[in-house]
Amino acid sequence: MMGLHRNEMVVAAFGLAAVALLSLLPLVSEGFALSLGVNLMLYAAMCTAWALFSGPTRLVSLASAAFFGVGTYSVALGLDSLPFGALLLVAALSSAALAGLVGAATLRLSGVYFVIFSLGLAELIRQIVAWSQSRFAHKMGLYVFTDLTERDLYWMLLALTSLVFVVGWLINRSRLGFALRIIGDDETVARHVGIATARTKIILFMISGAFIGIAGAISAPRYAYIEPQAAFNPMISFQVVIIALLGGTRRLWGPLVGVVPFIILMEFITSRFPNHSSVVVGVAFLAIVYLLPDGVTGLLERLRDRILRRAEPGVSSTTRNEIGEKAA
Amino acid sequence: MSATLISVSQARKAFGGLIAVNDVSFEVREGELIGLIGPNGSGKTTMLNLISGALGPTSGEIKLAGCRISGLPTEMVARAGIARTFQLVRVLPSMTAIENVMAGAVFARNRLWGPRAHDFARELLGRVGLMGRENSPVSAMTYIDQKRVELARALAADPQLLLLDEWLAGLNPSELLIGINLVRDINREGRTIIMVEHVMDAIRTLCGRCVVMNSGVKIADGAAAAVLADPDVIRAYLGDDDA
Amino acid sequence: MQILVTGLLLGGTYALIALGLTLQYGVARIMNLANGETLVAACFVAFWLFTVVEVNPLIGMLAIAPIAVALNWLIYAGLLQPLVRRARNRGMLEVDTILATFGLLFLFQGLMLLGFGGGYFSYKFLAEPFLILGDSYGLNRVVAFIAAASIAALLYLFLYFTRYGTAIRAVAVDPTSAQLVAIDVPRMAGFAFALGGALTACGGTLLSTFYTFNASMGVVFTMKALIIVIMGGVGDVRGATIAALILGVAETTVASLIDPGLTLATNYALFILVLLFRPQGILGRASA
Repeated sequence: MMGLHRNEMVVAAFGLAAVALLSLLPLVSEGFALSLGVNLMLYAAMCTAWALFSGPTRLVSLASAAFFGVGTYSVALGLDSLPFGALLLVAALSSAALAGLVGAATLRLSGVYFVIFSLGLAELIRQIVAWSQSRFAHKMGLYVFTDLTERDLYWMLLALTSLVFVVGWLINRSRLGFALRIIGDDETVARHVGIATARTKIILFMISGAFIGIAGAISAPRYAYIEPQAAFNPMISFQVVIIALLGGTRRLWGPLVGVVPFIILMEFITSRFPNHSSVVVGVAFLAIVYLLPDGVTGLLERLRDRILRRAEPGVSSTTRNEIGEKAA
Repeated sequence: MSATLISVSQARKAFGGLIAVNDVSFEVREGELIGLIGPNGSGKTTMLNLISGALGPTSGEIKLAGCRISGLPTEMVARAGIARTFQLVRVLPSMTAIENVMAGAVFARNRLWGPRAHDFARELLGRVGLMGRENSPVSAMTYIDQKRVELARALAADPQLLLLDEWLAGLNPSELLIGINLVRDINREGRTIIMVEHVMDAIRTLCGRCVVMNSGVKIADGAAAAVLADPDVIRAYLGDDDA
Repeated sequence: MQILVTGLLLGGTYALIALGLTLQYGVARIMNLANGETLVAACFVAFWLFTVVEVNPLIGMLAIAPIAVALNWLIYAGLLQPLVRRARNRGMLEVDTILATFGLLFLFQGLMLLGFGGGYFSYKFLAEPFLILGDSYGLNRVVAFIAAASIAALLYLFLYFTRYGTAIRAVAVDPTSAQLVAIDVPRMAGFAFALGGALTACGGTLLSTFYTFNASMGVVFTMKALIIVIMGGVGDVRGATIAALILGVAETTVASLIDPGLTLATNYALFILVLLFRPQGILGRASA
């Protein structure tokens, strides 16, 4: 919390090395592997951003698709008049504004209202966008032509993921992060020590939403032709929730653990059994609730605690391996 | 005589048809330590909740140092300088003792952060008798120690007014003695305190003045010894037959 | 006028669906996001009974309701009660049940998609005109409304005039105190959950007589039901009924005057109004 500790430096060094390594991917592969890489990086960014808010507050947001779509449409609508970089900013601001509105309407009340509201949000905006397009523009979609390659998009998403991490880390060591931990523990106490709980939650929801909006904006060039159905696809929201919960939301890097297995599983399912994706999503939700309530990272931590308690002095490298084996 | 710190005038709180606090008025001067007493269900805790902003009054007004605080959201009341402990102790279970205390220092009046908040919290933990326990997880602490952490958290806000909701309840005789001395020391430093309490020995030793409530109404207000001898107060506690 | 009557007729069926959810959430404290799937399943069973076995949906309901009771009770006892037991507080239970019923939503939806495909279904039952105040309406809609109203009336009588019903209302108000007066709270909660499922299934059966349905529309109806429940005030049977009628009329008005594609937007507009101005429900009093 105060100053850079030694192990924080170590983590930062590992993080930088990982980013450097990952940024090499487009140089050594293309086609399917790169496209998978873009997908993984997209969800890495979105799920980490989702967990920034939903992790500490334990409020399940199902609004990711709405922010994603708003980001996508920001690019599609503004491509003729503004440079791409500026559009990313527009996407961030409009998603944050949407998050602010939703938060102001629901976050002052019980958590259930927020969940329900977020559940239909993407569909609501899809309907409005589809209606206004057919009403005022007399067409179904918008073309997005850019000279950005998959490679560029991958690098942008990698940069975005890194940015989410840095921001998340900064929040964790700030007053805002401390306030969130207190709110997550006991909201009544939080208010009595002087925390404006609703405003804190709204601010964080806006930050989280802005990042998801940017992710949507970066994805826009992949579609070439943008329709409301694709941009506001509710499946995005559900996958984000599953991945983040699968990885675990107690640590900043928790959601990352869920990205690789689930995205690869979904790629496999959608290519081999396209009609089974709903069933898979359903089973995934049930499995998380009943088998992995704290995600994979939560499970690992519990195992580590148990082993530490048994073998009191220090963690040797062999116990670390045991953890890995038990989790596998 | 010192200035009035808090003034409650005609405060009323109704839950549906039940009137928990019925047009109660009283004042507390700066530096006073008063006892808010009365039998169970007399509306003491509701009164405390009105002062701390946990509840808004149905009607009436509460002022802190001349500024109206009734109707403000809880966090604004806290920032205005009112801190409290809870009848059933409320610590932040996922955190360590020192983090719990820091929670009080970071957001309220003095808004400390970083090493200063940390040092201040450590000092307060020592103050309540938890020196060296900074990094213990509060969830593993005993009930008494959790109460101490809670008191340190309230003090960390450097409040103008400290509300203690049965903070001495559940202590054994030797702990009670320590607790009483601690509360007295805090008051002697000039901190104004309102304490809701059932432990009559503590009331007698600590409080110069008592406000007595029964069925939502204030039935007595005056020097502790006089109030506790008042036939109305005795009747309220013991029932009509024994009076 | 025609809009108003059509809206009220639609609202009757909505009310039944929402009553199911309000029992599940208000009494059993389970925010059942898979509620709409019960409804869609009932639509399909009614469809199958009518087209294959040639059973009148109103009679089919007599079979559908008990099946729904049994299945919902199994879901409660098998999947949800373990969550109730392990939850350390209400907030945790809320998150767990939302995620679990969300899983059920997708599982059931996926299974129905596999079984029936994504196409739209409907059948012709009492598709003949019926005159009210000089305008003609589908007889099936009128019959569905009457049936919904009768079932809701029966529910009302049950809840307010029987011992069992009173016990259920007691649990809705305060589970802890209900336990103190010797009410078997877990059993009541399970019963209310099952009964709620049956009401929703009846609503689905009635809906299928005049509405074109498909396997993936459950979520939309869950949304509508949730909005109605919140509008009416959680656990408030009368409030939910009024809210359902308001929603039915509002939807029909927007659909016929502006655009049928904006029904969800209408729902949300009502939802936001309620959240901003009467978060405790249209009939509810501010709680402590």
